Amino acid sequence: MNIHEYQAKALFRESGIPVQDGVHCKSVEEALNAYDSLGSGIVAVKSQIHAGGRGKGKLYSPDSGDLVMEGGVKVASSRDDVEDFASNILGHKLVTKQTGPAGKIVSNLYIEAGCDIAHEYYLALLIDREEQTVLIMASTEGGVDIEEVAETSPEAIHKAWLDPIQGIEDSRLFFLAQSLGLSESAQDSFANLVINLSRLFIDRDCSMIEINPLVRTADDTMVALDAKVSFDENANFRHPWREELRDLSEESEIEVRAHEHGLSYVDLEGNIGCLVNGAGLAMATMDVIKLYGGEPANFLDIGGGADRESITTAFGIILEDPRLEGILVNIFGGIIRCDMVAHCIIEASRDVGLGVPLVVRFSGTNQIEGRKALEESDLDVVTVSTLAEAGEAIVRVIGGGSR
Amino acid sequence: MSIWINEGSKVLVQGITGSQGTFHASRMAEYGTDIVGGVTPGKGGQSVPLPGRKVPVFDSMSEAVSATGADASVIYVPARFAAQAITEAADAFHGLNEGGLIICITEGIATLDMVRVVAHIDQRPGVRLIGPNCPGIISPGEDGGCKIGIMPAHIHAKGRIGIISRSGTLTYEAVAQTMGVGEGQTTCVGIGGDPVYGTGFIDCLEAFEKDPETEAVVMIGEIGGTAEEEAAMWAKANFSKPLIGFVAGATAPPGKRMGHAGAIISGGKGTAEEKFAAFEDAGIRIARDPSKIGDALLSALVDAGLRES
Repeated sequence: MNIHEYQAKALFRESGIPVQDGVHCKSVEEALNAYDSLGSGIVAVKSQIHAGGRGKGKLYSPDSGDLVMEGGVKVASSRDDVEDFASNILGHKLVTKQTGPAGKIVSNLYIEAGCDIAHEYYLALLIDREEQTVLIMASTEGGVDIEEVAETSPEAIHKAWLDPIQGIEDSRLFFLAQSLGLSESAQDSFANLVINLSRLFIDRDCSMIEINPLVRTADDTMVALDAKVSFDENANFRHPWREELRDLSEESEIEVRAHEHGLSYVDLEGNIGCLVNGAGLAMATMDVIKLYGGEPANFLDIGGGADRESITTAFGIILEDPRLEGILVNIFGGIIRCDMVAHCIIEASRDVGLGVPLVVRFSGTNQIEGRKALEESDLDVVTVSTLAEAGEAIVRVIGGGSR
Repeated sequence: MSIWINEGSKVLVQGITGSQGTFHASRMAEYGTDIVGGVTPGKGGQSVPLPGRKVPVFDSMSEAVSATGADASVIYVPARFAAQAITEAADAFHGLNEGGLIICITEGIATLDMVRVVAHIDQRPGVRLIGPNCPGIISPGEDGGCKIGIMPAHIHAKGRIGIISRSGTLTYEAVAQTMGVGEGQTTCVGIGGDPVYGTGFIDCLEAFEKDPETEAVVMIGEIGGTAEEEAAMWAKANFSKPLIGFVAGATAPPGKRMGHAGAIISGGKGTAEEKFAAFEDAGIRIARDPSKIGDALLSALVDAGLRES
């Protein structure tokens, strides 16, 4: 789960991590009031969307598609600037490297007091899968894409790890600060910031905190000029406060609905709808479709505990997709019985109507009963028993490759 | 032979009185697994009827291990209590047995809980964790066998192939395809789809290398992390038997979590392409098409002189 920069900075403030003063706004008027109240002369006007790359993004009119402004983060040095930037951002579509061409309509702004920057750094905390603990990653090259830094100058990236039981040792922390070439007073500021961030990361069950840029001001204080925080959703049960930070407009409606029924759904670009039990098998099914010349329209894992209701919902979600030219169901029955899935398919198709060809592959528990139920129904369905046959059949019934 | 478990393994079920726990305990007992008891805090003293036997329920793992001499435990408790259950099992096996095998089926455990659990287990030599978020481990025997987990037992048969996988149903798919070319299994291990977990590919490969009855291994990876690359590098230097590899998610878009918490391409890392390349570099026979895992195994066995055709 991701949150907005203004929400992340409120968490930073609570945790003693230095940030500039700032105000969250939803209208041009609020933005102007924020400018007056900050009394900073120079402010940053920042689009609030969950995707990164805002600074280099472009704003378009959602109706005409015309370019409105370049850059989703602007530095304003007057009240007029704030008015211009805020009206060019709010209600417009921001397209960045991470949003894809569809972009995101911006409905939240953050007006932040300007900052006297001496140098920009990069700092992130994330789960290191190989070391199986929290990794602290810092770089002297701030304000740029960290993946680019990793490619071009990996020596600029410095790392330290949290001990999951002891926390982080002071000596390692100061070693990290020294590798960034910080002066003694800036080292202290950096160490405090990292300690507070680590505490925040653990107390709030984060999966990532990224600050890019982290800046050193002229008086050697380290300040988080940006803030990207995401949470581990598996820990939601101990953080009921998260619900209030959730911005559903940032999430795909269909993915949210699928999630509520215990399904994992990811939208893709193709025209073959997939319904599979198990994440690995669902990915493998997509891979097979592609290898046989087709394009999957979605990833859909009905999960291990799927029942009649969730399978019927899953099938209904797939049928909603207007791009569909065919559906492939791939079930390896274990606890889930193939005949039960067959009856769900028959019911859901009866309710919604099945307008496209359907290929069903059943293997494992009650596969014969499942196939029999489908063949005896009045559905137009091709039943197969292996993964290879499934890939071949779905591409054939939709009339060859999709592209 | 098999790795880590056999028909003599004595198994406890943590969460045995829950619906999942009771259901799977029955299925395991049916297959021949020696279920010796269960643990549910607050329900000590009760018993649970399983096919062919009635097993006692204990309040804690330490009581259960002392009373039964169990050397393995399987966990079916809900995600928010599962980390505690693993820790309790690790302490009991370490303190009373000098070791033991813990299989955690539960999906959805908080990542930082797992970070702490893995660090805790690292300090208790002899204790091995498989999972979480996995189907478990199975070693088919002549008649039934030892199954600790949730996989459909009837698709397996005793044989000479080892299988390691990050996935559940895709493991069953691989099993079905090996059966399709007439090969059974020594042991199948589902290592799970989470980012932080216990036993990894290399642990399994090391054990299969030492197991005289395992003659070839099928390794099923997926996108996310670099475990496959590391396993490939290890295998290149240390693994002498035919090895067949597949990686799921070649068509997955970056930045999206594909069902499993661990299956995500982030920062351009963890793609299927990189993993296939690492496999090829290590001399692992790859199946790019998941419907051809059985065929890849067959040709690897033929090339190694382990089969005529």
